[in-house]
Amino acid sequence: MGELVQLTTFGLSEREIQGALGRVKVRDVDYADLYFESCVSEAVSMEESLVKRATKSISQGVGVRATAGEKTGFAYSDDLTRKDLELAADAARYIAQSPGASQPVPVPVQQRPTRNLYPVEQATVEVATADRVALLNAIDIEARRYDSRITNVMASFNTEYKRVVVATSEGTIIGDVQPLSRLQITCIAEEKGNRQVGTFGGGGRVPFEFYQNEERYLAYAREAARQAILNLSAVAAPAGVMPVVLGWGWPGILLHEAIGHGLEADFNRKKTSAFSSLVGKRVASNVCTIVDDGTLPNRRGSLNMDDEGTPTNRTVLIERGILRGYITDKLNARLLGIPLTGNGRRESYQSVVLPRMTNTFMLAGESDPQDIIRSVGHGLYAVSFGGGQVDITNGKFVFSASEAYLIEGGKVTKPVKGATLIGSGPEILTKVSMVGHDLKLDEGVGTCGKEGQSVPVGVGLPTIRIDEITVGGTQD
Amino acid sequence: MELKIDLRVPSMSYQLQQENGYAPLAADLLRQANRFGATEADIIIADGETFSVQVRLGAVDRLTKAREKRLGLRVFVGRRSASTSTSDFSKESLDQLVTQTCTLAKAVVEDPLSGLPAAEQMAIERPDLDLHDPTKLETDHQIDMARRAEAAAMSADSRVTNSEGAEFDSSSGRVVLGNTHGFIGEYRSSSFSLSVTPVATDQQTGMMQRDSWYGIQRKFSKLDSPEAIGAEAARRTVRRLGARKTATQRVPIVFDQDTAGSVLGTLCSAVSGYALYKRASFLVDQLGKSIAPEWVTVYDDGRMVGGLGSRPFDGEGLPTRRTTVVDRGVLTSYLLDTYSAKKLGLNSTGNASRSVGENPSVGPTNFYLVPGTKTAQEIIASVRQGLYVTELIGFGINMVTGDYSRGVCGFWIENGELAYPVEEITIASTLQQMFAGIELVGSDLVFRGRLASPTMKIAEMMVAGN
Repeated sequence: MGELVQLTTFGLSEREIQGALGRVKVRDVDYADLYFESCVSEAVSMEESLVKRATKSISQGVGVRATAGEKTGFAYSDDLTRKDLELAADAARYIAQSPGASQPVPVPVQQRPTRNLYPVEQATVEVATADRVALLNAIDIEARRYDSRITNVMASFNTEYKRVVVATSEGTIIGDVQPLSRLQITCIAEEKGNRQVGTFGGGGRVPFEFYQNEERYLAYAREAARQAILNLSAVAAPAGVMPVVLGWGWPGILLHEAIGHGLEADFNRKKTSAFSSLVGKRVASNVCTIVDDGTLPNRRGSLNMDDEGTPTNRTVLIERGILRGYITDKLNARLLGIPLTGNGRRESYQSVVLPRMTNTFMLAGESDPQDIIRSVGHGLYAVSFGGGQVDITNGKFVFSASEAYLIEGGKVTKPVKGATLIGSGPEILTKVSMVGHDLKLDEGVGTCGKEGQSVPVGVGLPTIRIDEITVGGTQD
Repeated sequence: MELKIDLRVPSMSYQLQQENGYAPLAADLLRQANRFGATEADIIIADGETFSVQVRLGAVDRLTKAREKRLGLRVFVGRRSASTSTSDFSKESLDQLVTQTCTLAKAVVEDPLSGLPAAEQMAIERPDLDLHDPTKLETDHQIDMARRAEAAAMSADSRVTNSEGAEFDSSSGRVVLGNTHGFIGEYRSSSFSLSVTPVATDQQTGMMQRDSWYGIQRKFSKLDSPEAIGAEAARRTVRRLGARKTATQRVPIVFDQDTAGSVLGTLCSAVSGYALYKRASFLVDQLGKSIAPEWVTVYDDGRMVGGLGSRPFDGEGLPTRRTTVVDRGVLTSYLLDTYSAKKLGLNSTGNASRSVGENPSVGPTNFYLVPGTKTAQEIIASVRQGLYVTELIGFGINMVTGDYSRGVCGFWIENGELAYPVEEITIASTLQQMFAGIELVGSDLVFRGRLASPTMKIAEMMVAGN
């Protein structure tokens, strides 16, 4: 079971919370909640072989929300006095336009999440700065030792320790402790005026030892260096429509952009998503089954509960090519009359809840990854990506390769410079003809942005073959 | 079960100080930092109020109101440095912050170039740049602005069938910066913005398109009318209906104002002192060299009256100014703060940008491409076969190498006229070739953010489609 987060962390009592909720929940308000958050984040960074930057940030506050029909009233404050709570409550209930009187809300009952996916002690997150410094110094040495053409190594180690409590007008108070950390390394390689970059990293809801186990931090350093060196010999990427093989892991960003966002319930309630009327219809070939799963231990995108206190789930989005459903928060599940999936997330107390992904991935298929590559006469093999973006309404998405190779005659040949892949969400997965048996999730560095809010997410993919997609290179 | 009541009340003396402005609080914390071993320190305090309303299909969808405040402290213990920040202004918490920051600084290594700018460089005059509008709008008035803008878009064309909504935002706040040289500065600023995102449907195919339009100003009175913003949003949306792919080929590219601003933004990132000393910019070693044709001049002007990026002093307290970044095609200056300038053996350009709690970095003030003489219409008319870009998507920009490959939406140009909308295609080149290939710069410079460019034509890029 998850930790019981005490209200005293925020200096508040159950009676005060009940009072504030009662003040928000006037007649026409369907639902109200208070989200208390206290977050300590720290970062140390290295460049030019010197760990010369350290930062620490403390934030604490409360977000107060009321929903009435499709309307949401929201206010937040970084002070937690009774007066601030009352002011926020009055602002949040404004949208209901109900006359005065508050309504009684049930006496809230403190609960704890039913599972603990990341039993990480605070002390193992907030380790001594000296230990982090030592880690970064070793990374610098390792990356430079990998190849003398590595001319600069930049690395940063970020940790966050967040305590949240959600109190709802339904009478629940539930809290969670959410540790998160990430190690990110960028190497610059230089040779005869040719400068290239390689980036790698990993993390999750893990203790500091995670990075030390099996000398993971050094493996990250070598991987960032390898990519930078590889890119020194990269040729221009081709332009035009061709078959593309995506490698396992991080290329799962395809699913996140091409279909994940399009299946978030808010866009579908508003009927502005290209997927709006496609539930029960075929949107992918029958080798594709895609899930969003917030219940994987220690993963960056995992949560014991979402930011509305709902336990996270494994939700099947696409089953053997057929669109099964959307991911929801409370507001959109209620308005659409569909199940609550535990995907209501927010960046912080300063932002509203939106339906968001957790860890989104395609289940493993039956093909041998080598056979998948051999099946392509002339195409692209993309194994690592930078960012991606989607236009929900017309369904067009892009994502950009940071490590890719030409496939010529069924063989992986020359590395190519970053190329952007562009396609249409509702169509692209119908062109997936082979799915490998090598499913892997990414290393734990993904951040998803929506309406200006960033939340940590995961993606995953087995090796797949897409029969045709437009590759945006410079070469005819 | 009744738990302990322990309401956090900030200490009385600090509360009084807040009402009198933050200067005494800043001075007090700087003195404390000195006592805990800091040889130099600076402090930044930002607070403000924000209001935001989203209206969708005529009804309020979301209404957000907040007050926020944040304090950031940076200390130097000799040549070691650390930064911290907090939103908790209780005396107990701030006292802890000071000691923690000094402890943190002692844990990192010495950096011989770290430190505050020299005392004599600090800004002395504080020009009034007219950044603050005290207009207080009633909640219902703000809702009405958003509602009118959306209604204008919905009624402009029968093909507009749905809406992602309209949003009105207003914010006002102040920034206080102080350091152990005795510098203390404060300025207020405000902003008002209105945007609409309509959705249009193609009657035959059922395919949807969305686009948006917006206005943003420091003065409420300067904001375009909701009706004008709504009508423009509708025009931009319906013209995308029926978009298709085009063939893979090399053609001239015309970027509209917003997408040209995005291209210019890559130049802005590439001239940041931090990217340069880390050798993570495609403009390394290019100072004094020609990077574009002679009709390309780029300024960064921190003193533009009422500018969205204007400020009287930068994130370290140095005076802002106008810097010529590109002079008739020649790269004449980087954008620098104190640290990155020292690393490159140069002087700060007053471009320290500071988000509370972070170390200073380099940011633009009002960064813009000086307009030419041709209208957008004339620029499009100069293209026989090419692409007019109205939206860029994705992150396919490699700042180290200059490789550029992004998804675009726009219009195919045939014989000097917009022929049909296009989508699901990419454009690719290198930023070096793109800047060198700027053929025409339009006359239509409008500031809708810190980065602004007129319409821009680039000689040739690779379009990937069918």
